[in-house]
Amino acid sequence: MSAPVSADLAQIGKSVVIKGELSGSEDLYVDGQVEGSIALKNNSLTVGPNGQVKASVEAKGIVIQGKLEGNVQASDRVELRKSAVVTGDISTQRISIEEGAYLKGKVDISGAKVEKVSAR
Amino acid sequence: MASVTHNFMKLFRGSSSGTQGEVQQVPQKLTRRSSGLGELARVWASETPLCVLDLGSTSPANIRFFTEKEHKIYSEDLLVASTEQGLLTKDEQGNVVLDSRKFLADNLLYPAAHFDVVLCWNLPDYLDESLVRPVMGRLWSVLKPGGMLLAFFHTKDAGPDSPCYRFHIVEKDILEMQRIVIRREARRGPTGAVHTAIGEGFRLQRVFNNRHIETLFRDFASIKFFLARDNVREVLVVR
Repeated sequence: MSAPVSADLAQIGKSVVIKGELSGSEDLYVDGQVEGSIALKNNSLTVGPNGQVKASVEAKGIVIQGKLEGNVQASDRVELRKSAVVTGDISTQRISIEEGAYLKGKVDISGAKVEKVSAR
Repeated sequence: MASVTHNFMKLFRGSSSGTQGEVQQVPQKLTRRSSGLGELARVWASETPLCVLDLGSTSPANIRFFTEKEHKIYSEDLLVASTEQGLLTKDEQGNVVLDSRKFLADNLLYPAAHFDVVLCWNLPDYLDESLVRPVMGRLWSVLKPGGMLLAFFHTKDAGPDSPCYRFHIVEKDILEMQRIVIRREARRGPTGAVHTAIGEGFRLQRVFNNRHIETLFRDFASIKFFLARDNVREVLVVR
């Protein structure tokens, strides 16, 4: 899947490596490597299929297609696509997990709404 | 056989690699009533939020089942974790074994007395011999006093090629069993290592008899057996 094209979407391409604290007030698409922390309180984060994130993550909505190692906190929703490999605890209001996604960690739902998405 | 297996894999994984235009079939899902699960249903019907550890493959159904009841669910696929190539070592006799110390240094890292329920499913039957006792010892320590562990064991009537299943909770005592199909594609595991060992699937490692099971769980306060018709013995133990 190629990265989405949007004027309001910041992108980290698959050859980019970032170590440090990322924060912002726009949506972020990560297809490269990020180590540290990512904070997008009112925006969404997408970890693309090539993305390798080793960070604590906080955002409004989080979609994971690649690898994420760290705790995940979403004020709205977390989506684990079938290629997701997540090691860490997830705290959110809603979660959607595709068949094939891998999770090693805790799922803590406040407001308990979990959707199941079948493999396509 | 290889092309049929490949098609099952593609459908299960949703991969489009190496497509050859062959007819694809959906991996069959079976349902079974679980007496052990029915016993546990009384536990998670309680209003107190529970801490549950699911040691099978990541199951969206199980996560949904427990989070809808406002319980905390931890997911950790120990069978996949046991295929990490870095675990291979040799014992004193020079036999290739898995390093149980390294395995427990990387997995089941939880505080003592943390869980109310542990769902082992068929883990002990398919886990490498060198890991079974150390894992059970660790599970004892992370269970709360009074906490319960459910495990499934094949009986001697099950053949050596008994398939390995994933288990999804459908209702309070109904499980959906999904056969773990052979995967030949490379898959990035939890540490980032690329796995090819998973491609061979999981083979039944041993058949426990009742005495072996009692010995395995000797540190637990009580043990209860439920014999099912499908050559499976369900065991519920209490710490």
